[in-house]
Amino acid sequence: MARAVTTRHKTIATAAAWIVALLIFFPILYTIITSFKSEQEAIQGFSLFPSGTLESYAEVQSQYNYFRPFLNSVILSVGSTVLALVVAIPAAWAMAFSPTRRTKDILMWMLSTKMMPAVAVLFPIYLIFRDFGLLDSRIGMTIMLMLINLPIVVWMLYTYFREIPGEILEAARMDGASLWNEIVYVLTPMAIPGIASTLLLNIILAWNEAFWTIRLTTTNAAPLTAFISSFSSPQGLFWAKLSAASTLAIAPILIMGWFSQKQLVRGLTFGAVK
Amino acid sequence: MATKQTGTLARFMMAPSVILLFVWMIVPLAFTLWFSFLQYNPLNPVRDGFVGFSNYALFFKNPAFLAAILHTLVIVLAVLAITIVGGILLALLLDQPMWGQGFVRILVISPFFVMPPVAALVWKNMLMHPGYGVFADIARFFGLQPIDWFAQYPLFSVILIVAWQWLPFATLILLTSLQSLDGEQMEAAEMDGAGFLSRFWYLTLPHLSRAMTVVVLIQTIFLLSVYAEILVTTNGGPGYASTNLPFLVYQKALLEYKIGQASAGGIIAVILANIVAFFVMRAVGKNLDK
Amino acid sequence: MTIRTLILGATASLLAFAAHAETITIATVNNGDMIRMQKLTDDFTQKNPDIQLNWVTLEENVLRERVTTDIATKGGQYDVMTIGTYEVPIWAKQNWLLPLENLGADYDADDIIPAIRNGLSADGKLYAAPFYGESSFVMYRKDLMEKAGLQMPDAPTWDFIRQAADKMTDRAAGVNGVCLRGKAGWGENMAFLTAMSNSFGARWFDEEWKPQFDQPEWKNTLQFYVDLMKADGPDGASSNGFNENLALFQQGKCGMWIDATVAASFVTGADSTVADKVGFALAPDTGLGKRGNWLWAWSLAIPAGTQKAAAAEKFVSWATSKDYLKLVADKEGWANVPPGTRTSLYENPEYQKAAPFAKMTLDSINAADPTHPTVKPVPYTGVQFVAIPEFQGLGTTVGQLFSAALAGQMSVDEALKQAQDAATATMQEGGYIQ
Repeated sequence: MARAVTTRHKTIATAAAWIVALLIFFPILYTIITSFKSEQEAIQGFSLFPSGTLESYAEVQSQYNYFRPFLNSVILSVGSTVLALVVAIPAAWAMAFSPTRRTKDILMWMLSTKMMPAVAVLFPIYLIFRDFGLLDSRIGMTIMLMLINLPIVVWMLYTYFREIPGEILEAARMDGASLWNEIVYVLTPMAIPGIASTLLLNIILAWNEAFWTIRLTTTNAAPLTAFISSFSSPQGLFWAKLSAASTLAIAPILIMGWFSQKQLVRGLTFGAVK
Repeated sequence: MATKQTGTLARFMMAPSVILLFVWMIVPLAFTLWFSFLQYNPLNPVRDGFVGFSNYALFFKNPAFLAAILHTLVIVLAVLAITIVGGILLALLLDQPMWGQGFVRILVISPFFVMPPVAALVWKNMLMHPGYGVFADIARFFGLQPIDWFAQYPLFSVILIVAWQWLPFATLILLTSLQSLDGEQMEAAEMDGAGFLSRFWYLTLPHLSRAMTVVVLIQTIFLLSVYAEILVTTNGGPGYASTNLPFLVYQKALLEYKIGQASAGGIIAVILANIVAFFVMRAVGKNLDK
Repeated sequence: MTIRTLILGATASLLAFAAHAETITIATVNNGDMIRMQKLTDDFTQKNPDIQLNWVTLEENVLRERVTTDIATKGGQYDVMTIGTYEVPIWAKQNWLLPLENLGADYDADDIIPAIRNGLSADGKLYAAPFYGESSFVMYRKDLMEKAGLQMPDAPTWDFIRQAADKMTDRAAGVNGVCLRGKAGWGENMAFLTAMSNSFGARWFDEEWKPQFDQPEWKNTLQFYVDLMKADGPDGASSNGFNENLALFQQGKCGMWIDATVAASFVTGADSTVADKVGFALAPDTGLGKRGNWLWAWSLAIPAGTQKAAAAEKFVSWATSKDYLKLVADKEGWANVPPGTRTSLYENPEYQKAAPFAKMTLDSINAADPTHPTVKPVPYTGVQFVAIPEFQGLGTTVGQLFSAALAGQMSVDEALKQAQDAATATMQEGGYIQ
């Protein structure tokens, strides 16, 4: 009796969840489908069955060599996130294990730096980048993206580190472990899931940053956000081409997200779970 | 003695982050503040010079200004409401036993990986386009007049797109929190005859409050500066119907090249953000300390 | 000769090559003709092995934003910029552009269509070379016109357009009598509306730079436009720009479309379902002596800050030369040649044969006069724009208001009143009026 109810319950839940999930995923799915249509097909009304032509991809590739922006996106998002982690780990460590009255305020202040509308400071930043020769350089963009995401990185790490029980550190200290050993052998293994999920989330955020990456790059450092802005509204029919370019721009991060979702989700709590 | 040492060490460890962020905040802010008192139009430098507060006056006098403030708040609140209510419902659904849970979760979180310009382009051209969009196809299938989303409901359309992007984030955080809910307590309540609604209201919702706080805090930061979605879809219009503060600043800076006025707008946006932040952070800060 | 000298010689020539191999960065718009140019790059690099080309292809608005920011801050990111007839006179005045004086012996600058050449010159010097030029005209469906029992004259009036649109509209069959731009932007709906207003005798400013949106001519223009679009326009017209209307027309959903002459090759091209049914006519008028057609040229200019002026000029010369037109004709056919820049193209019988719209295009371009755009005198140049730095901001603000009027979110009177206020504020701020 109880089992029958459970099965029915499970069937209904499955059906409902799949319908909702497919609805949410539909815009992405339909973009991928349309990318395999010809331009004529793409505007001939709703259809989930493309002819499977690759002409849109060929056209996109002939216009803009995908490899360079792809590589730049990888370099910029991973580079900036790793750099941010290097800077943020000690800070978050200190905040979590030697909190003061001001710790919370400092954290909130850090987050508040993200609230300046980027466009208002474009001119000063552009001038600074010009004077330091950072325009269209990977170094400049890496630093930029690092600074943009640093507050989130510090905060996420802080919430994980805080969950690590202080007694363990005390015990390690009693055993005469040096600070360095404490960090390497005790803290790091416990913090790895948190660091991994911070890394993943911030790679996603950096990958998708679409203001500075378009305004401060031209070719050498231009990532996929710049790539996509070459394909929005040209002359003539462009639905299939736009779909192909969109698919190319989001595919790498989507696939990475799918494969690493367990790690991402495990840590994506911001200390909300206790 | 030891504490003092750790205190010094702690400060030393925090220094790089704090100094970097301080410089990153103060340098552009100082420039912006300075520019906001200048007439500074790089396309017409003849009249450049110090003008006191007139940039602020002009920005306030702009007929789009009040609308922009209102739209900024509407976008933040509406998207928060949709993502939190929708996120809780989705989290409750995904928490049920089902077949293919892992795959369902992958589908649900996917929109979060889509970069804002792509999301906006896809919604604009593939879904909401009155001629070729899927929504128009559906409307025509039922014999209805297709809706011209961006002309008739511009702000709602923008909110819809942004909410779609952030729903996965809210769902994930709420789901993780839901999964950490004490099962025994739930069962006990069920034994006592508490219905689903009262269990949800007295047990689940209070348990989720921390997660909701986190969602509000993180999303507010990003939602206050929504701009790519507007630029791609409605361009702030028709009229000012979907212009928010960041977009208004964008128009002043990169369309009109009135850098002085744009800077004044930037400063106003910072002040607004800080007012919002003050309320959010107070509420959040308390909730997070628990 | 010893091996040593050989190696030395080889090294030296390598070094010399390396020293000469320059990379120039070209910012351009993602329109069909530019993308074609990008694909023909090999021809240039074969002729100039010491110059490498780096393309930055962007959507129109992003491109404008990027190049304007860069040139205004002297960022030096680009060696060649694609800009329009609006920017050239303003930027030339600021000394931001290098005059094009070394385009080569066989460049034949006199061959450039005079109206376009004037628009790109200041003090008798050419500051940008036109890549393609355009005016606007009426494209119409001959079959639908016949069905409506009408005959399109070569030079129609707005009343005729209205009458024809009413007759051609067949909502059940998905046919809209007329498709016009409605998407807000100074280069989108305001390009069309400003050009249209000229034929109604309206002007942006009087001789004293006083805004004129409170005058009856503007009211007539906007009211006519809104009424026409309500009765015979497509759904969602307020978000339609050039591109959206092109797609509509190609799908057979428009009876008439008044827009850029470059569209002619697209509506008669392979992507079009109505390619063999399209006729062309001059932009409409109201009998006041001016037609509602504009003048525009996407042009290549060299920013004053570049370190590679010589290489950049070689490229500009290649891309806008007669040989380039020939090259495109050889590879893609005469119909795909970038139009509207050279008189010789329109005298070429092969082009006339391949492009049935050639004569109407040239007539339209010649009918536009940037120095006397409208019926009454004005203090500015530009047909569908006002060549002052403030215009792109103001034009877009006004464009948003008119777009709102089209969407029915605002009355025509309210839109005009707010436009007048916005224009007055901008002109006061810029010091044109007190």
